Amino acid sequence: MKKTMNERLAILSDAAKYDASCASSGTTKRDSTRSGGLGSTESMGICHAYAPDGRCISLLKILMTNFCIYDCAYCINRSSSNVERARFSVEEVVWLTLEFYRRNYIEGLFLSSGIIRSSDHTMEEMVRIARELRTTHNFRGYIHLKSIPEASPLLIEEAGLYADRLSINVELPTDAGITRLAPEKRPAGIRRSMGDLRLKIEAANDPTLQTKRRKRFVPGGQSTQMIVGADDANDSVILGTSARLYGSYKLRRVYYSAFSPIPDASKNLPLIKPPLMREHRLYQADWLYRFYGFDIKEITASQPGGMLDLALDPKLAWALANRARFPVDINHAEREMLLRVPGLGTKAVNGILSARRYRRLRLEDLARLKVSLKKVQSFIVAEGWSPHRLIDRTDLRAMFEPQPQQMALFDATHHAERERRFRGLATAGAGPTPCRNSATGDRLGGGSGCGR
Amino acid sequence: MEEAGAVGDLFAADATDNLPLPAGGGQTLAVPRAFVLLAESIICHSDPARFDLLYRLLWRLQQERNLLAIPSDADVARAYGLEKSVRRDSHKMKAFVRFKEIDGVSGQGGRRRFLAWFEPDYHIVARTAPFFQRRFTDMDWIVATPKGSAAWNGDALTVSDDPAENPMLDDATDALWRTYFSNIFNPARLKVKAMQAEMPKKYWKNLPEAALIPGLIAGAEASVAAMAARAASQPPLFHERLQSAAASVVSNEPEAAPGTLDAVREEARSCTRCPLHCRATQTVFGEGPDNAGVMFVGEQPGDQEDLAGRPFVGPAGKVFGGMLAEVGLDRSTAYVTNAVKHFKYEPRGKRRIHQKPNIGEVQHCKWWLKLELDLVRPKLVVALGATALTALTDASQRFSNLRGTAQSFGPDQTLLVTVHPSYLLRIPDADRKQAETARFRADLELAAAIASGFAQTTTSPVGSRFMAS
Repeated sequence: MKKTMNERLAILSDAAKYDASCASSGTTKRDSTRSGGLGSTESMGICHAYAPDGRCISLLKILMTNFCIYDCAYCINRSSSNVERARFSVEEVVWLTLEFYRRNYIEGLFLSSGIIRSSDHTMEEMVRIARELRTTHNFRGYIHLKSIPEASPLLIEEAGLYADRLSINVELPTDAGITRLAPEKRPAGIRRSMGDLRLKIEAANDPTLQTKRRKRFVPGGQSTQMIVGADDANDSVILGTSARLYGSYKLRRVYYSAFSPIPDASKNLPLIKPPLMREHRLYQADWLYRFYGFDIKEITASQPGGMLDLALDPKLAWALANRARFPVDINHAEREMLLRVPGLGTKAVNGILSARRYRRLRLEDLARLKVSLKKVQSFIVAEGWSPHRLIDRTDLRAMFEPQPQQMALFDATHHAERERRFRGLATAGAGPTPCRNSATGDRLGGGSGCGR
Repeated sequence: MEEAGAVGDLFAADATDNLPLPAGGGQTLAVPRAFVLLAESIICHSDPARFDLLYRLLWRLQQERNLLAIPSDADVARAYGLEKSVRRDSHKMKAFVRFKEIDGVSGQGGRRRFLAWFEPDYHIVARTAPFFQRRFTDMDWIVATPKGSAAWNGDALTVSDDPAENPMLDDATDALWRTYFSNIFNPARLKVKAMQAEMPKKYWKNLPEAALIPGLIAGAEASVAAMAARAASQPPLFHERLQSAAASVVSNEPEAAPGTLDAVREEARSCTRCPLHCRATQTVFGEGPDNAGVMFVGEQPGDQEDLAGRPFVGPAGKVFGGMLAEVGLDRSTAYVTNAVKHFKYEPRGKRRIHQKPNIGEVQHCKWWLKLELDLVRPKLVVALGATALTALTDASQRFSNLRGTAQSFGPDQTLLVTVHPSYLLRIPDADRKQAETARFRADLELAAAIASGFAQTTTSPVGSRFMAS
């Protein structure tokens, strides 16, 4: 018997939740004023709801179908899984997107799919959905399509005309990991798709000679996702892979997804709690690399076994391992060095640079810039403040580590509680924020993988 | 100071304790535009002290023109704080308004009609309404709040300050939305505080999905445990079918004849002889006719070559191609390749910095270069740069001694040594750059001359008269 719309939505959204991205930002600004249609995208994305996993819900994130001919061990939809299967028609996905959008539940659609028949067949159906939305229904909301590996370049080219963002998951940090856990996927093929897409985006960005206009092609760029904790790659390997991906393919984002237990899991994988703290630290390190001028080697050099410190955020860990570089005089130091001070985010640094042209800054001034004095004071010199020998104290690390706490009765609660305490203590910006790409993108907080 | 105050109230008589009152009438105050925008935002706040603050800032700005650039100033920090609250409230309105369709009633021209109820903290309806107009242009809608309402009918946006009542509507689509909300939630990653930081409880009563939250939290642990208990079962039948089909599949791609350049190129695509393959996008194999008379050997592919999968298409490739055309050598008749077939680099921010391949990498990759030489059998081989020279000759001879000279290279083959075109791009001094470019052109002219020589006398041994003395 055919499943109802509601039943299929349940199956196909459950199947989509392991994709971390829900971002609806970074695309061109457009609206329906002139077209009289439906939809707009503004400079910053909007999170319309939050699930109790702390993740933002910005897009309708569903699979077209969860039937799949691939057998990737970490995936809920792999062919050897007994998960319930379902499929949406092109019209149904279009209808759901528009009706959800009209009620202001979502910013748009994030469509992915299991691979049915062939890569090209699957990709063709997905492109049809995007084309229907854009041309037939005049939809101007956000569309993110997941490219199907090995799909023909012509289909990707058409997808790029309708989609704001395209992504293809590298899945695992090393080629060896992919070969072991996703036997049908070819890492070199995935890299080639990303390279092709970068070239196409750059070509579209070259203004044409005659009209000087740029072609609209994937204005929100491309992103990817890596699963953390399903293989034995350490943080240094993972971050090295990210750096290569950013440099090689100009990705807007690399998402890290803590491997999360799935129903009917493959025998090749242990059922473990998702390493959420590790995922969080990786995001922080990723931010240090992209916005704070850190090199990956600097971040991981002082860490035993190439693993980031779970108790301290990576910037603080780096500062404690490089105390000779401190204290930093906030009234004179260069921007590059200010960005390296634990507790100063990019926004605070901009505030300091602007304010100090007119005044010498004291600790109270920093407090008004919403900087945590507890965190920053050991590392800086300000008007009327010197840390004296604070920076040399051997117990400095202990001052920042989370306090030991009595075990809670239930392990899960304890785990969640510990997570929260770490999050509260260890963000390098002004405070924890679950949406790490929020508005200014200047904080190292967060744990949701969202980038609205 | 009154709650319902507008900008005019800034100048009300009882403003603040010790600040002078504005002189009656006629006086104009100049303020930066940023202040006007800031004030427009702050007056939407509900803090009764906001007018005092704005008045104080207005006054101080007359003396301290750069005041707003000092975010650490107490007044400025306070003002930015208020502005941020208003911005956040407006942002949350954009996020948490939920439209309900009014069934059976259609607007002008059959437009669908929707109504939403929202409870903002501040007076932000008028500020935020244009967002909904830009977005929901093809439907009629009303957003009603206790602090006023906004309505759009396709022609005009109407905003009022009158408090509205909660219409308490239902919409059947909310059921689908709730299904989505509970299924997109991952019970193995419970982070309640993170959720509440962004979706505080005060909003929950008007969100159709929020009623599910307590149940989802309470059931999370049990559903994770249930997942763990349901360990791997027997794969479904279609998996077995797929696997056996995959095992018996015969590749229908035409295979290149063994021992040809195409076959070698195909084989090189999956080369893992050295670790560079994991970091690069693809093997960049040589390109050109398999009976080319001239073979150019460079160092390794660069950023653009790595992406495109073709040699010499980046900036250095453009210099190279341009120079070939100048000396009358047709690139399409030559075979162009590199000593090392994968791009070696170091990521630096959003770029890749080229790194010289080491001896080991060059040695590993010689396997392919040798096959190319054997299969193409060019009469003239041009080494572009020291790495190419090393790969071709193992020579202990210094590059600078051989530069610009032609010498015998195996039976019936000539080797010419010159610089890599990327070298020309890296010379900062304009005069030197010009001189080096001229030298490079001279080298290529020599190559062209040798090439035309053996084009005319294909049977006789070539190049002897060009040999270096």
